[in-house]
Amino acid sequence: MKILKDRLFKFMVIFLALLTLFPLFSIIFMIFKNGISVINLEFFTSLPKPPGETGGGVLNAIIGTLLLIFFASLIAIPFGLLTGIFLYEYRDKKIGEILTTFVDITQGIPSIVIGIISYLWIVKKMGHFSLISGSFALSLIFLPIIAKSTKETLKMIPSYIIEASLALGISYSRTILKVVLPSSIGGILSGILLGISRISGETAPLLFTAFGNPFLNLNILKPVSSLPHLIFIYTLSPYDNWRKHAWGCALILIIIVSFISFLNKLFLKKWKIKF
Amino acid sequence: MSGTKLYKNIVNIGGVLIVGLLLAIFITLFLNSYPSIREYKFNFFTSKIWDPVFEKFGALPFIIGTLLTSFISLVISIPFSLSVSLFVSEYYENAFFSRIFETLIDLLAGIPSVIYGLWGFFYVTPIVRNIQIKFLLPPTGVSILTASLVLSIMIIPYASSIAKEVIKLVPNDLKEAGYSLGASQYEVIRKVIFPYAKSGIFAGILLSLGRALGETMAVTMVIGNSIQLPKNIFQPGNTIASIIANEFTEAVGELHLSSLIELGLILFLITLIINLIANLIIKKYTFFEI
Repeated sequence: MKILKDRLFKFMVIFLALLTLFPLFSIIFMIFKNGISVINLEFFTSLPKPPGETGGGVLNAIIGTLLLIFFASLIAIPFGLLTGIFLYEYRDKKIGEILTTFVDITQGIPSIVIGIISYLWIVKKMGHFSLISGSFALSLIFLPIIAKSTKETLKMIPSYIIEASLALGISYSRTILKVVLPSSIGGILSGILLGISRISGETAPLLFTAFGNPFLNLNILKPVSSLPHLIFIYTLSPYDNWRKHAWGCALILIIIVSFISFLNKLFLKKWKIKF
Repeated sequence: MSGTKLYKNIVNIGGVLIVGLLLAIFITLFLNSYPSIREYKFNFFTSKIWDPVFEKFGALPFIIGTLLTSFISLVISIPFSLSVSLFVSEYYENAFFSRIFETLIDLLAGIPSVIYGLWGFFYVTPIVRNIQIKFLLPPTGVSILTASLVLSIMIIPYASSIAKEVIKLVPNDLKEAGYSLGASQYEVIRKVIFPYAKSGIFAGILLSLGRALGETMAVTMVIGNSIQLPKNIFQPGNTIASIIANEFTEAVGELHLSSLIELGLILFLITLIINLIANLIIKKYTFFEI
């Protein structure tokens, strides 16, 4: 009886654990099956056609996603690094502990709330939707990720390295800038890539900031389309062609996200901290 | 020496920034939801009428919708996330396929939520529609249940990633003591591992709850977006996050916008509390580890 119970439980655990993989395989399978059929040169190089017509592409959304990520990085990386270095410097003090919690809280804010914030701070002031308000929203999600990974990476640098530099008469600030930061570049880069792969799929903060745009837009003050937003719009549309394109967008998005994680693993291996 | 001072000052900006940011977010949300708070006071939580035309706003249907989807998805996901963590931390701790398995589960966390929505819309919705037809219910496909099913998959990696770490932390001598008393592996898991790791497992579940409460896109795409109070889980509904996503850009009246922002404030505060508790518990564990 006891052995039977033990076997039964083990079987159940293995069964449930493996069953968890089923949705993953199903999602990947469906994206490839439905996505491949719409992907061709036109899909990458042309703008969406009006509903009902076949053909057309998602060039505006691909460019839009890249621009949104670029400007979000421009805002988030310097401030995220600064916050991360602050957390590192004060890691043994009460204030450092409190601010780490603050960063955790910021990271936990639901993305739709981030969208509201960016709307109230930027869109409302400007009077219209814009690329930069979307990038700002994404940067708020990005910032805590960079801050935390920077702190964790800097913490791994052994203290004797810092002491050796100080013993040579080099000032503390130069030690941090020329010794500690360069030797933790791998971890910091990996945090940045993690953040990028996270924000590249974010949709909720873009709904009322970047908004969407059927035309190609390079102006940061105008609304812009993005891949995740297009997936949302196209999935819920009644047009067959658009629904097919949603799968195509999903395939491109998944490839971008996996490519970034791949780069991440590569960087981590190449610049692993070892002393 | 002035270089070091300059460095300290610049670094302090980073600290001020994060405090200022969080405070500014809270104040902005509060000020902008004030018209709605002043107008509806506590009725906002108890009224089930949401009518933008007559400017009557009660959030009960969305609060119920959020609680239902989060609760159901938690109940569904817990057996799976516990199984995943037992699989990689207890049964096959050092096996090479455990590493692959962990990577695959991590992939589940990396899929953007809008893709879960896309998949849920074309894959889970027809399944739910078939169930509805069997029970002679309106075959909407999109419903509270559909959203809960999609959510439950999304939150598995959040609970399991914490649970597997704390299960690994269970000291071997405790487990061996259990075995030497003649306990089976199942009994050791139930009587030794679970009691030892329970607060960590709980923290992981809280984290996944925080995720489920705030999840927007996947839910919006499969929940049906009805502003009526759902009578059962097979009916379409709305969550706090999905009503914001649906109506925010269309809100014209000041009270309408303000009510939506108040919903955002509620969501912000609930997730804040849940994440804080989860973080406190996790911190206690890292303290023991050192």
